[in-house]
Amino acid sequence: MNETELQAWVDGRLPPDRLAAVERYLADHPAEAARLQAYREQNAALHALFDDVLDARIPAPLHPPSPARPGQANAPAWSVAAWRRMAAMLAVAVGAGVIGGAAGWTLRGAGTDGAAGVMASGASQALAALPRQAAIAHAVYTPEVKHPVEVGADQQQHLVAWLSKRLGKQLRPPQLANQGYELVGGRLLPGDSGPVAQFMYADAGGQRLTLFVSSGQKQNRDTGFRFAQEGNVGVFYWIDGSFGYALSAAVGKKELSQIANAVYEQLQPN
Amino acid sequence: MQELHERLLACLPRLRRYARALTGDSASADDLVQDTVERGWARIAQWRPDGDLRAWLFGIMHNLHIDNLRRSPPPALALDDGDLPAAPSGEPLGLRDLERALQQLPPAQREVLLLVALEEMRYEDVAATLDIPLGTVMSRLSRAREHLRRLMAGQPPAASLKVVK
Repeated sequence: MNETELQAWVDGRLPPDRLAAVERYLADHPAEAARLQAYREQNAALHALFDDVLDARIPAPLHPPSPARPGQANAPAWSVAAWRRMAAMLAVAVGAGVIGGAAGWTLRGAGTDGAAGVMASGASQALAALPRQAAIAHAVYTPEVKHPVEVGADQQQHLVAWLSKRLGKQLRPPQLANQGYELVGGRLLPGDSGPVAQFMYADAGGQRLTLFVSSGQKQNRDTGFRFAQEGNVGVFYWIDGSFGYALSAAVGKKELSQIANAVYEQLQPN
Repeated sequence: MQELHERLLACLPRLRRYARALTGDSASADDLVQDTVERGWARIAQWRPDGDLRAWLFGIMHNLHIDNLRRSPPPALALDDGDLPAAPSGEPLGLRDLERALQQLPPAQREVLLLVALEEMRYEDVAATLDIPLGTVMSRLSRAREHLRRLMAGQPPAASLKVVK
């Protein structure tokens, strides 16, 4: 197997007709598979380390000189209108495909001048960060064969008590048997605003999905479902009270939305 | 012209992320972004409208970065124990150590790795941006990943294959 194809496998850039051959090779060569898996984790870790820069406000000196506009001599380089356009572009760049609601919400937030605008913008950044963090956690842990979770579903009582205690909320992992998914287990992760719980599910074919529950979303108001596409991982996410939820899987948007509905219904207090 | 200006603005967050990862500190990164934007805007007439504006700007940033490296060799590490890289101890390192490990890669390897892994450019576009052959992109990518993996695993980098006469 040549190294170029192995590198292309890491980046998901292998031609489809070569995928089966490379994966067969990796199944037969565990040391090579572990090496390439480490490279995939490097990719995810680099995003985790540097993607915050995409959210950060651009300091004024970095803006390109404003082009001359007819009838607008000496227009300030960074007018409110420019900021609104930038906010819209940032929403697209940050979400890497966030559709619908999120971009509109950011626009409304950025359209207000002064402190309220800044606060709304901060909250919208936290909101935009939720699906990305969930997708990164999904990408890092779902390929794990031996240790996909810290505590397995066989110790469900312990798992639920532990994660509930750490997040300060009584958590009940939803039952998704009707959707064809069984709980594999869960793990605790660090988040921007506090601990995060990740529950992992798998279907009979080994397809995995993760539910990411993030505490400390106080600055956000409740939202309806939002959808983001992060690479091949689709994410449905929403805010409920001070908790953010994100459901991630590499399945079609329609299928994921049905599962998200089932999750949402079960999370509602009776 | 107005539309071009907005397209250039839209590239700013990604230029900043790349510069931040490349240089290792935000002040140098923002200097590099500023120089890139100024040079890009001054030479915008040379940009072909059917080309990829982002790749063109990353190419400008690459050239400026190389010039900076030639002009000033990397500063010697200050003798503050807290800043010294940990000696390989066999212990795996955490995410926060990734940045330090990244800065230990040779700059040419670091650039290729970041354009592929962080910027998610196609290999052909990396070759065009850095003006190097595709084969060089692939060999640098492979070496950068393995180098980083060994650093993160707390192992010394593989011995280089220099022939000593």
